[in-house]
Formats: sequence, C-alpha cells, structure tokens
Amino acid sequence: MNAQPSTAPDLAPPYVRLQAVSKKFGEFLAVDAVSLEIRRGEIFCLLGGSGSGKTTLLRMLAGFETPSAGRIYIDGEDMSSVPPYERPVNMMFQSYALFPHMTVEKNVAFGLEQEGLARSEIARRVAQILEIVQMSPFAGRRPHQLSGGQRQRVALARALVKRPKLLLLDEPLAALDRKLRERTQFELLNIQERLGVTFIVVTHDQQEAMTLATRMGVMDRGRIVQVGTPAEIYESPVNRFVADFIGSVNLFEGRVTAVGAQDLTLYCEACGCTVRAQHRVACSAGDTVWAAVRPEKIALATDAAPGEPLEHNRIRGKVREVAYMGDVSICLVEIESGKTVRVTLPNRSGLAAQRDLRHACVTLSWDAASPVILTG
Amino acid sequence: MRKRGLFSRTALVLGLVFLYVPILSMIVYSFNNSRLVTVWDAAHSPTLKWYGVLFSDGEVLDAAWLSLRVAVCAATASTILGTLAGTALARFGAFRGRSLLVGMTTAPIVMPEVISGLSLLLLFVALEQAIGWPQGMGALTITLAHVSFCMAYVTVVIQSRLAGFDESLEEAAQDLGARPAKVFWRITLPLILPAVMAGWLLAFTLSWDDLVISQFVAGPGSSTLPMVIFSKVRLGVSPDVNALATLMVSVVASGVVVATVWMRHRQKRRERDAQLAAAANL
Amino acid sequence: MEKIERRRLVPRGLPRRQLVAGIPALWLTLFFLIPFLIVLKISFSEARLAIPPYAPLITWLHGLPVPRIHLSSYAYLFTDPLYLRSYLYSVMVAAVSTLFCLLIGYPMAYAIARAGEAWRSFLLMLIVLPFWTSFLLRVYAWIGLLQNDGLINNVLLRLGLIHHPVTLLQTDFSLYVGIVYSYLPFMILPLYANLEKHDPALLEAAADLGARPFAAFLRVTLPQSLPGIAAGSLLVFIPVVGEYVIPTLLGRTDQIMIGRMLSDEFFDNRDWPLASAVAILILLLLVVPIVLLQRVERRELEAQAVAAETLEGSA
Repeated sequence: MNAQPSTAPDLAPPYVRLQAVSKKFGEFLAVDAVSLEIRRGEIFCLLGGSGSGKTTLLRMLAGFETPSAGRIYIDGEDMSSVPPYERPVNMMFQSYALFPHMTVEKNVAFGLEQEGLARSEIARRVAQILEIVQMSPFAGRRPHQLSGGQRQRVALARALVKRPKLLLLDEPLAALDRKLRERTQFELLNIQERLGVTFIVVTHDQQEAMTLATRMGVMDRGRIVQVGTPAEIYESPVNRFVADFIGSVNLFEGRVTAVGAQDLTLYCEACGCTVRAQHRVACSAGDTVWAAVRPEKIALATDAAPGEPLEHNRIRGKVREVAYMGDVSICLVEIESGKTVRVTLPNRSGLAAQRDLRHACVTLSWDAASPVILTG
Repeated sequence: MRKRGLFSRTALVLGLVFLYVPILSMIVYSFNNSRLVTVWDAAHSPTLKWYGVLFSDGEVLDAAWLSLRVAVCAATASTILGTLAGTALARFGAFRGRSLLVGMTTAPIVMPEVISGLSLLLLFVALEQAIGWPQGMGALTITLAHVSFCMAYVTVVIQSRLAGFDESLEEAAQDLGARPAKVFWRITLPLILPAVMAGWLLAFTLSWDDLVISQFVAGPGSSTLPMVIFSKVRLGVSPDVNALATLMVSVVASGVVVATVWMRHRQKRRERDAQLAAAANL
Repeated sequence: MEKIERRRLVPRGLPRRQLVAGIPALWLTLFFLIPFLIVLKISFSEARLAIPPYAPLITWLHGLPVPRIHLSSYAYLFTDPLYLRSYLYSVMVAAVSTLFCLLIGYPMAYAIARAGEAWRSFLLMLIVLPFWTSFLLRVYAWIGLLQNDGLINNVLLRLGLIHHPVTLLQTDFSLYVGIVYSYLPFMILPLYANLEKHDPALLEAAADLGARPFAAFLRVTLPQSLPGIAAGSLLVFIPVVGEYVIPTLLGRTDQIMIGRMLSDEFFDNRDWPLASAVAILILLLLVVPIVLLQRVERRELEAQAVAAETLEGSA
C-alpha cells in the first residue's frame, strides 16, 4: 500500500517552501542552494546517503540550524531565523530523545505544558493521542521500561499532540527490526491520513521512502537531484546517480545511432548490442548516453542456438551466479565483454528450476518500453 | 598475555597496599593506649582514651565547627558558580572571552596553593585599604578564598558531564516549545543532578581539607581544623590526631560505600526493567 | 558520517546567556585574575616596616603619578644561591616524583582498565577513597611509619634486617614517598580514563598479525595512552613544584622547596615584595606546563563530545 498524493495538489499554494537554501559549516558546504516546495498534507521523503545533506536540511526546517543563505517559508511565514521553540514544527528524533526522568504521560504532556494550556485540557489531549498510538496502558512507565517500538510511538505521540503544521521525522524506522519496520510503516501512514499532518521524512533507506512517500526528493552532496513520486523516480530517473541509488539497475553505455520520432537507438560497443528505446531524450546522433534497464524488466531464455546474430534489445551471456531470495532469484549473467548484467526472476517454479540455470547459456531480452535513456 | 596481566595486577595490589597501610596504621594506633607508635600497650589497649581527649579539646572542636561552616558555604557557592561556568563552556560554543574563562577555570586546579593563598591575601589586604572591606581576615575571607579554587573543580565535573550528555534531549525540549532556560531547569539539571551533587561533595572535601590557602587568609582569631592539626603534627605524632583521622576515614568510607551500593542497586533495577520491556516486546 | 559541527543552541537576544557565563567570569576575574596582578604589582615594591609591609607603587609628585618600581626583589632572587638552588631542587623533585607516579600508576591504571565490569568500579572506588580523606592526615600518617621508632623501622628491626633504626624521615626518600603517595590518584585517574577507551580489538589484531604481548603493548597501547600520560604527568608536576605541606612534614630540613621558601619569606620575614617575586617566578616556570595541560584537556573534551554525537548516530 503506497501513499497516494492528495487530490488537487497543484492548486494549493506550497505549504513549505525552501528558497535557495544553503548551509556552510566552515568551509564545508553541507546544503547547496536547495529549492523545494512541499504541499499540505503530503508525506515528503528526503532520500540520500551519508553526507548528502538531508539531515542538515531537516535541522534547518526544525530550527536547530540557521541557513547560511536562502529562506524557509512555512505556511507563508518566513521562518528562517525563528528559534525551534517558536516554530509550529515538531520533530521526531532518530534516537527518540524521550526524557528519561519523566513518565510516558509527562513526556507527551511536556509540549502542551509549554503552551500554557489548562491541566484538564492537557490531560484530555494526552489521553487522546496515547489512544491513537496505542500506548494508553503504558502511560505511567518510564522510557527505559519500554521497548524500541514502544518508545517510538511515544516519541510520535509527543510530537503530534501539539498538532504541529509540520512533522519532521529523522530516520524513523532505522532502529527497528524488519518485521516491526513494516508494521510501523503502515501505522505511520494510517496516523498521517487520520490526522492530516504534513510529514517530512529523512531516510537513507529507499524501501522506507518508497513505501511512505507521496513524493520524494533524492539528495546527493547537498543538492536535490530529483523530485517526484516514488514511481516517477523509479521508472524515470533523471540521471545515473538516481537510477543507481534507487533499486538496482543495469547501465549500458553507448553511442546514439539513430533518433526517431518515437524512439531512439544506440549501440553499446562494450556489450556488442543495440538498444532501441521508446524513451525520448534531447540528444543527437553520435552522443554518448546510457540506457538504464531494471533487472525485473529483463527476460531470460535458455539458448537453443548460440551464434545467431541478434536483433536490438537482446544479449547473449552465461549465468555466473544465481542467488535464491525466496520470492525472487537474482541472476548475474556475464556477457561477452565481461560485464555482468543483473536479472531478477520471480520464483514461479521454485528452487529446482533456478538450479538448472547455473552456467547455462542464455539470451537476455527486454522490450523497447523498458530502457530509460540517461544523458548524465 | 597472561604474563602482562600478572605484572600489572601485582602492581595494582602492591599499589593498593601502599595506599592503605598508612591509613590503617593510623586507625590501629588510635586505639593504642600508649603514646608511642612503637609500643602496643597490650595491657590497656584497645582504648578510646584518645577519642576522649579529642572530644574534650576545645580548640579542635571550635576549629572543626569553623571548617564545617566554611565548607558548607564554600561548597554551595562553588557548585552554583561551577555549574554556571561548566554550562557556559559546554553549551555556548565560541564566545568572546571563552578562552579566558577556560584558563581561569582550569588554572586553579593545578596552581600551587602557596601562590593562590598569597594572591588572595594580598587581594583582601588591598580591598581593605581601598574600600574598607573585608574588615580583617576570618571566616568570610576563608570562604571566599575556598570558593575560588573549588569552583574550578566543579566546573570540570559539570563540563565533562555535559560534554557526554545527549544533546538531542535538549533539542527535543526546545522543539516542543521550551525556551533555553526552561530546558535547563526541567531537562538538563535533573539529569545531571548526580554530577552536581558529586561536585558539591568534591568542593566540600577540598574546602574541609584545605590547609595552605586557609593559613594565608585566616585571621589571628580563626583556625580551621587542618590548621590546628598541622600545628599539632609539626611536633610529631599525636595520638588524638590518629583518633580524628579514624573518625574522618570512617565517615568518608561509609559514605562512599553507601553511595556505591545505592548506585549499583539502581543500576540493577534499570537493567531488569529494560529486560522486562524487551521481553514483553511491542 | 556527516561531520556536523553542531552549532550550539544559542538563545537569542537574552541577557541570560551573558549572565550564565558572566557571573563566574566576574567572580574569577575578581578572585583569581586581579590577585595575580596585585602579586605582580607588589613584587615591584619595596619592603617596609608598615601595615601593609610594602611601599606604594605609585606616589604623587607635584600632582603627577610617579611609579616607583624596585627590581631589588628580582635581583636578589636571581643572584641568591639559596633561592636558585631551591628553584632547581623544586623542579627536580617535581620531575622525579612525576616519573615515579607514572611508573607506579600506569600498571595500576592498566590493571583496572582490564578488569571485569564489576571489579572496575570497586577498584576505582578504592583508589579514590583515600583522596576523600584528609590529605594532611594521610601525610601525617607517614610520620608515624617512617620515624626512627616508627612502624617500618620496628618491623625491619624485628626481622633482623637492620640493627639500628634507619633515618627515613626528613630525607629525600620520605619526601618522594609522601609526594607519590598523595598524588598517585591524580596520575591514575586520567590514565585510566584514557586506557578504558582503548578498543581491545586492536590488541587482538596486533596479536593476530604476529606481535608478542609486550611488543603489542609498546606499539599499540602505549602510543594511544600518550594523552593520558600527558594529562596525568602535568596534573602531578605542576602542583608539586609549589608543594608546601609535604616538604614541611616529611622533607629535608637542609634543602627547602620553593613553596616553603615563599611561605617563610611571607610569614617569618614579612617580606611581602620578595615573596611576591618568588611567586611570580614560580608562575613563569609553570606557564608552559599549564598551557600544555589546557591544550591536552581541551582535546579530551572535544573527543568526548564527538564520541557522544557518534553514538547518537546522525547520518
């Protein structure tokens, strides 16, 4: 279940707007002129590796860092130099940062106390949010008496009880084991839908991003490389970095031989194959481009007659390795030039069929709709 | 590997023996009826005679009372000042005059006491000349002098504790709307309280034990306990001092033991709670 | 790991921040910095039979301030053989004591660092416990042990190892024993703090690569423990130079350390300017070690902060 973008998103003004935001630490440029627009009610994921600047960007949204350049607008107001305790923004920390000397109840109430609400009102809202995150029976416990998943829910409750305009989540699922992670992903989506809060999630885990995000932004070395829905980013990456960063991809480097009205042909010298793609990019004959083909889009057929010349979008090779993953098998096929092509096959027929593939001579093929042509 | 372990472990045992033999000898001889350390007067020992002498010695009792008052005041003032300084150094990043503050808070720790004592006395004399205060040396000047070097120790303790403190807790509090002062009172201070208390105890001990600085800044009428002890022991062994030593060691030892046991107990309880939570899971 | 220099959470525009740093700074300026300046000022003064026993630094001549600076105190210190010897002796005693503390303290700290969890806190408590009891009393205890009819001589006599009591008190031996005894915790604690952080996997890697235990110690452990050695050594050396109590109770009577000379000059001779000059010269001697110590300590604190952030695991 993926999150769906909210209806009529393009008509609403951006809820969060970053305008050429940069951050320098001494000589080091952590965030480089990032401009971004995030709509109300969406779940926006910032995806990137270590040092990509995503955490710094998040901290600037929270108010813990001031931008060296640029402006940050939240719901129309310039928040660039507003301290964190005056922003309508709340954060769920990666380590949860629950106050160890307070009970769950007191932890959650803390933010409301700072607003100066009446005791009865505070108690009511705390009880309400604990109900939503299913932590009501643990209200009197201390953080060290809770498990990791329970602590996370308390951290979430603590941030959400203040009904912030924006909730920032720093690697929310990183500390959880796999089963818990899946459950929590869906719970997060449920809560977000129920409360309608705008989420901005920072993560290095693509799977997390793909599941949670209505839209995502891929970051590399301080810059946003591509923004789009998970599908857009996966199916139409804008350059090799993004293609390689999300999922796995096979890249064929080649020279453009023909540019047609509907398609594009290139010749990959290293692999000795011609790629014809229905994907149109601005380029001319003779340019060097890359054809990106996802492993699951490649079909594999055991060869009957080797030596026949091949048409476009086909290569011959020999299976080097088969990794059985349970639901799929990953085949590493070595083609003549020595390059390895990665193919993902669904295990319809089970392990035995995969065993036969080892060391088999095969022909790989894909149809023209599959490759994405990348110029960078 | 084992041989290396043996060498260092032997050194440890010998070192501990070295550390404790003098203390134990004082304790043992405090019960010796004879004045002489050499002779164990088996006929009349063990005896509490010297404890009696100690408690009837007016000079010692007055001095102890003065030392106690000074130590409590100095420790409290040092802890407040040291916590402020430690917080500023650990949390404020770079600010104007930071290196000066760093220097002023670490130098007193290593400064030879004769220099500290001399400089403080000269200060008090100059102040007295200039503005008429303080009038004469006494408990006040001793306390002021002690605060100045004790706060350096407290600063180090607090600063070190804050350096290892999880800042995301303070950030979370700010994120939830608490201004920095509130964050300090409700989040930071409660969590560093053990360090603050340790700092207080450290300052108390340093003030209580101090001899050299007190000698400089105490007036003719006031003598602290160390000053009285010093004048006694310059003349040689004095059994009532042994008794005093035994009392002090017992108080300190029981305090340390109690503190250690209580901390272990809390630690065990935490571990058990964490285990229960993990077992219950979700 | 993204190296983020966390900018400290700065409260904006609040006078509170100035107060937090300002109050202790003010106190220390008044009670630490200014006194030193006064010592400096008086060291340039002339001793007088007056209260206070020194001449004012600035006199007014026809309405104009005229500084009266006497360098006689300093001249005296630089030429008087007694003082020169005392300075040298003090530095030597400090250096040798530091060495002894290091030689005894390092194996002890090492043993504690390698002990099991439960043992470690207990052992540390044992090391620190004497520190909490009176320094003066513990030094005094050695008088009882070292005097001619003291415990050690008694034991040696009884064992037949000697036939006459050996003079142990008021010698260099008793001085060193007293100093090492008192300052040992100051060496052990920083060393332990450093050694405790060593990754045992490094020694295992060294062994795996063929290094014998002692070689591994020399090539892996020792270099890593240098900051701890530096901190501990400076924490012992600097105060010992100016030590007063231990030399007075246990030290020689024919060769006095500089701390005692300062005190005698001040209390017995009432020569405040000279005492001040002695203090200034001790300070000059110690400036370099003090600065070194602050540098070592600052690096330690930074390392601690980095370690804490790494644990928080920001990526």
